[in-house]
Amino acid sequence: MTLDGVLAGVLDGLLAALVLAAAGWTLAAPAAFPATIGFVGFGLLLTLAWVRLGAPDVALTEAAIGTGATGVILLLAVVRLRGGEEEVSAATPGRALVLAAGLLAGAVGLALALAVLALPDPAPGLAAEAAARTAPLGLGNPVAAVLMVFRGLDTLLESVVLVFTVLAVWSMAPDRHWGGRPGPEFPRQDDGPLALLARLLPPVGLVIGIYIAWVGTDAPGGKFQGGTILAAMWVVAWAAGLVQAPSVADRRVRLMLVAGPLVFVLVGLAGFGIADGFLAYPPALAKPLILVIEAAMTLSVAAALALLIAGPPEHPPERVT
Amino acid sequence: MSGAPIFGLTGAALVGLGLFGLLVQAAVLRKILAFNLLGAGVFLLFGVVAQRGGTAGGGADAVPQAMVITGLVVAFAATALAVVVALRMHQITGAATISESDGAEPGGSDAA
Repeated sequence: MTLDGVLAGVLDGLLAALVLAAAGWTLAAPAAFPATIGFVGFGLLLTLAWVRLGAPDVALTEAAIGTGATGVILLLAVVRLRGGEEEVSAATPGRALVLAAGLLAGAVGLALALAVLALPDPAPGLAAEAAARTAPLGLGNPVAAVLMVFRGLDTLLESVVLVFTVLAVWSMAPDRHWGGRPGPEFPRQDDGPLALLARLLPPVGLVIGIYIAWVGTDAPGGKFQGGTILAAMWVVAWAAGLVQAPSVADRRVRLMLVAGPLVFVLVGLAGFGIADGFLAYPPALAKPLILVIEAAMTLSVAAALALLIAGPPEHPPERVT
Repeated sequence: MSGAPIFGLTGAALVGLGLFGLLVQAAVLRKILAFNLLGAGVFLLFGVVAQRGGTAGGGADAVPQAMVITGLVVAFAATALAVVVALRMHQITGAATISESDGAEPGGSDAA
């Protein structure tokens, strides 16, 4: 084995140990707040693992959605779920149950580890086929080709899942809050680090978000990663009190939310006429059509994520005077 | 390709850890965290399969990678929904766990 190989092995081993240590802390931390911080650290370490596994697209998604957006939602919830220590300790299972759970979890983990070690060699896969069929479509990123062409139905349904999740989250609001603005209201910050960040970051972040969504067909990136960055910029301005969340009854918000899935379905239906069937594209038009879908989807992903972070409406609608 | 077995074993360990946390932790929020660890382990196993299935010069297999991206977005949506349900439950009953035997007062503060 070469020196590079040994070095890479040591680095991977260290990274794996850190990932597991952060996961252990997330479970063992004495309180919910340090546990959530541990989870965010875990996600960032996992992002490095994805880079090491040759998956920059997944690394971007993990950092943006799996760590960033999930972390914000969890941190907002931790602050509101304070207390209840006695209830939690009363509901914590006894030693026998912990032991049984440990045995079960250990057995599942061990079985998976054995399965990993027994994976067939050479590994079967669709890598060559996916790569060979990506270029004729005019795309440079095989992951984007899988998401938008070969398994476009998965991505379409996933985009619908986001819309339904926003509906489910909104429906958690009490009736009298319907029509109000989602989420807590933050006081306007005119001084301090957040006020500065909320004014300096969005112009840069908007450009980066749109760029990452735009290059997705040819390089790592895409609508989910770019849309998450756009949503994050809104969240920064929202948390600094510079912008207010729009009312859940606002038609423009709803239109933004469904624009992506709607365009996706319409282009998919057009496939019956201009290609072989639902979600099929004629090769010559594949890239422009995909970019149209991606643009609409970026908007909808950004809206859905921002609304999911804000949560259900928490105040009755304001009376228009 | 030396990274695959190491990260594969990490993924298996994460599934074990996450499952253990999901069963043992009482607080709903800690259960949600454990559920996300479990999911991360499953995704990592997909990542290992993708790397092993890669071609000599063409990089990793894009199909499992695309599935992980879809999975991450759906896992985020599920987490967001679970957190909102937990918050709403806390708002109505004051409970921070889903234990059936706890003595949380029903109909607590819906006034918020």
